[in-house]
Amino acid sequence: MIKIEQLSKKYKGAEAYSVSDLDLFIDEKEIFGLLGPNGAGKTTLISLLCSLIKPTSGSFTIDGLTYKNPNQLKQLIGIVPQEYALYPALTANENLTYFGSMYGLKGQLLKSKISQAIEILGLSKFANKKVSTFSGGMKRRINLIASILHEPKVLFLDEPTVGVDVQSKNVIIKYLQLLNKKGATIIYTSHHLNEAEDFCTRVAIIDHGKIISQGQPQELISNQKNANNLEDVFLALTGKALRDHA
Amino acid sequence: MHKLWASTYKEFLLLTRDIGGIAILFIMPIVLIITITIIQDSSFKTISDTKIPILLVNNDNGRVSETIISSLTASNTFQVIQKDKEQEARDLVFKGNYQLAIIIPEKLSSDLDKKVNQNVEGILSKFRLEEEEKEIQPEETILSKEVRLYFDPATQLTFKSSVKNGIDKMISKIETQSIYKAFHEQVSEDDTEVIFETDNFISFKEIVPKQGDKEIIPNSAQHNVPAWTLFAIFFIIVPLSINIVKEKNQGTFVRLRTNPVSYAIVLGGKTTVYLAVCLIQFTLMLAIGVFLFPKLGLPTLDVSGRIFNLFIVAFFAGLAAIGLGLLLGTVAKTQEQSAPFGATFVVILAALGGVWVPVFVMPKFMQLLSNISPMNWGLNAFYDVFLRNASFIELVPEIILLLLFFIITALISIVYNEKKNAV
Ligand SMILES: Nc1ncnc2c1ncn2[C@@H]1O[C@H](COP(=O)(O)OP(=O)(O)OP(=O)(O)O)[C@@H](O)[C@H]1O
Ligand SMILES: [Mg+2]
Repeated sequence: MIKIEQLSKKYKGAEAYSVSDLDLFIDEKEIFGLLGPNGAGKTTLISLLCSLIKPTSGSFTIDGLTYKNPNQLKQLIGIVPQEYALYPALTANENLTYFGSMYGLKGQLLKSKISQAIEILGLSKFANKKVSTFSGGMKRRINLIASILHEPKVLFLDEPTVGVDVQSKNVIIKYLQLLNKKGATIIYTSHHLNEAEDFCTRVAIIDHGKIISQGQPQELISNQKNANNLEDVFLALTGKALRDHA
Repeated sequence: MHKLWASTYKEFLLLTRDIGGIAILFIMPIVLIITITIIQDSSFKTISDTKIPILLVNNDNGRVSETIISSLTASNTFQVIQKDKEQEARDLVFKGNYQLAIIIPEKLSSDLDKKVNQNVEGILSKFRLEEEEKEIQPEETILSKEVRLYFDPATQLTFKSSVKNGIDKMISKIETQSIYKAFHEQVSEDDTEVIFETDNFISFKEIVPKQGDKEIIPNSAQHNVPAWTLFAIFFIIVPLSINIVKEKNQGTFVRLRTNPVSYAIVLGGKTTVYLAVCLIQFTLMLAIGVFLFPKLGLPTLDVSGRIFNLFIVAFFAGLAAIGLGLLLGTVAKTQEQSAPFGATFVVILAALGGVWVPVFVMPKFMQLLSNISPMNWGLNAFYDVFLRNASFIELVPEIILLLLFFIITALISIVYNEKKNAV
């Protein structure tokens, strides 16, 4: 489904590569976790795959498409950005109608898709309230719906559960599992390693723009000495030092 | 097409969510246009209900000073307050209590008469040389006189120069009349006999363009409404650029870039809505000029027979303004950049375009710059319609310029956006 070959990205003016000679293959219907410390290059990798930025070198294909077919590619994938990307002054419904329209959806079909998703994510009561009045968890859920109305075959989620309570998190994860059952390939980043351990079919641990380990969560845990969970694996591989740099 | 429509509807919703913003968008231009027209109208009017108080020190107390005072009073512009001391009048004016003090020098009347008589006598004596050889008296030399003017330093130059012109004219007239009078006295014994016609021989009459058999007499409304409407239309670049910058900052713009929709369509939605805003603004301002101005005692804006052409000009001027707004919004990173820049830039464009000072009095270099100010094209087109009674065909060059300006600014925005995002 996704084939990445020798992909590298160095931002203009940056000293180091944010993604460096990265090779990765993700199969159809996988739930793939990209894990790594702050600044590891997770968002950069997703941005590359979504054609938000251009690679410095290397290539990738998604379902056979490259960034040279931007409109087909964009129709095929969905991106849930790390930051909220909604109009605070518009209601949930208005936001979703607008972004749905950008994927060419309209009329009754669009309406029913919106109300279905809103129902499942428990926001029916707030459909006609302005997003500016929503809590963080509610915004996260709307932010998610805005990216899946066109039923993407590949869904990228950049920390979809950051800053939400356990209830919201469970609803979101359940919903993603539902989408996955319906056929969506999911690539997701997170700092919640317990969540990733349960949710992902496979994970990759990234640091300094390179993949340092990948496999099924249980596989990684049993391969690492003295590791009881993914967090132990993570710390063993990436060390305890803070990763603050800009 | 559906995406463009959805984008337009979204912009419409965003705009209506900010009621305060809309109110400002529509009310401020109206306040602007009413204020400016009232101010300008009173300075154009000859019979104004407010008279400007000025000071006058009369050291002459003769015929000439009498004439000056009476014509100043008769002009209805000034209220003449007499003071005794030059010192006092000067201080009051320099402190800003009065705009102007006129000091009439001592013996102005008698010296003027003497001087004129001397001259007349001199001329006449040339004719009488043979008849009687008068003994030549050594002539008393009479120094020329000056009427002194004191202006408040804060007085505008235009007011100053119009006052100076007026006084200059008054003095010339008095001098001419004195000369005529002196000749009269020398030549004729009978004071009532008419030898000279003292009325002006050369006069002037302004011929104005006609619409049918009706003369188009420009009034301050015909001048102000188009100029300030255009100014208001261009102010659209401030809210429009803020809208775009906001979109970048709140992340929706990144989302749109991941959607299968082009930047051109996103901008298209904004263009449609903000163009509608421009046209509503324009309609309101015309309505104010036509219906409210007469009620305020201001000259009525005459739009008869030109509504269509006016809206054509407003449409294209609006487009040009929006193009500028799109570009500013695309280039600016923060609202702190776009808002003050936008506002100041509009004022500069307006100045260059001739909203305050007519283009023909500007220095050559500024005139060149003025030619590339879209506000100038718009203003010319409006004046063509309002004052020169132009037909649609005559507007085409200006309209094309405005349209080109929109196309070019929009294209630059799109290209710039591509370039900037290709990180
Ligand atoms: N626009 C940019 N210009 C220059 N450098 C950038 C830019 N965006 C990110 N970087 C750098 O690239 C590296 C990877 O950043 P990235 O945002 O991909 O990390 P991340 O794994 O998503 O981190 P986090 O977990 O904090 O979201 C960092 O060192 C960051 O400083
Ligand atoms: Mg990130």
